[in-house]
Amino acid sequence: MSEPILRCREITHYYGRQMACQNISLDLHPGEVLGIVGESGSGKTTLLKILAGQLKPTDGIVAFAKEGGSLTLLHEMSEPEIRLLARTEWAFVHQNPRDGLRMSVSAGANIGERLMAIGDRHYGNIRAAAVHWLKQVEIDAERIDDLPRTFSGGMQQRLQIARNLVTSPRLVFMDEPTGGLDVSVQARLLDLIRGLVRTLGLSAVVVTHDLAVARLLSSRLIVMQGGKVVESGLTDQVLEDPQAPYSQLLVSSILQV
Amino acid sequence: MTPVLKITNASKTFCLHLQGKTEIEVFDGLDFTLHEGEAVGLSGPSGAGKSSLLKLIYGTYPVGAGTVEIRHDQCWVDIAQADPSEIIAVRRRTLGYVTQFLRVIPRVPCLEIVAEPLIERGVDRDAAKARARDLLVRLNIPEKLWSLSPLTFSGGEQQRVNIARGFSALYPVLLLDEPTASLDPENRQVVLDLISESVAAGCAMIGIFHDARDRAAVATRQFDIKSTRSAA
Repeated sequence: MSEPILRCREITHYYGRQMACQNISLDLHPGEVLGIVGESGSGKTTLLKILAGQLKPTDGIVAFAKEGGSLTLLHEMSEPEIRLLARTEWAFVHQNPRDGLRMSVSAGANIGERLMAIGDRHYGNIRAAAVHWLKQVEIDAERIDDLPRTFSGGMQQRLQIARNLVTSPRLVFMDEPTGGLDVSVQARLLDLIRGLVRTLGLSAVVVTHDLAVARLLSSRLIVMQGGKVVESGLTDQVLEDPQAPYSQLLVSSILQV
Repeated sequence: MTPVLKITNASKTFCLHLQGKTEIEVFDGLDFTLHEGEAVGLSGPSGAGKSSLLKLIYGTYPVGAGTVEIRHDQCWVDIAQADPSEIIAVRRRTLGYVTQFLRVIPRVPCLEIVAEPLIERGVDRDAAKARARDLLVRLNIPEKLWSLSPLTFSGGEQQRVNIARGFSALYPVLLLDEPTASLDPENRQVVLDLISESVAAGCAMIGIFHDARDRAAVATRQFDIKSTRSAA
């Protein structure tokens, strides 16, 4: 069995006196997509931010295996080291593209920024990469010099994905990547994410409250309620034969089309 | 004969927490062994747990008690105890599962859907697509549909696309849940031929066939699931 790329053990987090996550442990293996589902306020996004090194947990550890390396504890890495990881081996796709994009610079510059941050200085190469990635996310390359604010919500979300994937990250964190998009745009984005994850062999952690999105993208699910993991298992197992009372409620609440 | 699947003293009970914690026992103390080159037809009345048994083997339904061991890469893996990533590996290379229902993904073309299991196993894209084309031809899916998402296909066409997907990669152990249900005679024969060819090539198969003639045509033996509910 392969070594995990990401591991957390006994993660607990409090916002003041408010408990957000309690005693969460998990492993993510290379090429695996883990879905985190649960109602709003269940601690999904808090857990995601802790895994992505954006939030220091009150208790517990997170470890990440760099390319060719073994698991290293995040809290033993320096700030610059974590920032470098966040720009190279990790990607974070926010629910709201405005949180992940720079709205006042062009689409091309948004994609090129991560390349420049890791030392790429050749303008021609950066622009070529930007054109390539616009095509990958099905945005017309002619829009390269336009500002993201002139893009539709679905295009902004795709641009955010392009901006994130340009440095070939190995681990992608996604927070409700299709939230707030209309269904036709959602389908396109989901197909795109699914295709990219498979062809690039990415590992991913996807937070969603939409079980159909979870089914499509993830091979494994954890179900959260009130900051705790109430169930975890194969996606089809959790959705077809949920064991915990809350998972049963969640699955039985899906509306049939 | 070499065993490929051993189920020992397995039980399965559903607990419906939201409906007064009602417990529904599907089966208890089930023993079953499947050997290489064997095709077993499951029989039993509706509700006896035939589909549940297949889902139990596939890992979709957690096993209540007992073991469900499958031979995977020359080792035995107990599905009842295996963690999700092990089950995923077993599904990728060893264990196939075909139903009559296609899970359509918007925008993914028919040909991709059929080729996907091979591509996931690491087979070259072109070779996988060539195999997918062969199967789609055999299952009478018109070529002009290959590049389309099966979302708008008829029920029978979707079913045949799903069967093509189930047979594109050859699995040492194959689970079939009513693969021939509601197919026309010509396509039904194609599916029966595909099953027989796989079994002749050394695959082991467990199938549910509504039609007794279909079962007789492919099964080398029958296994009767007694409904524990009607017995109780």
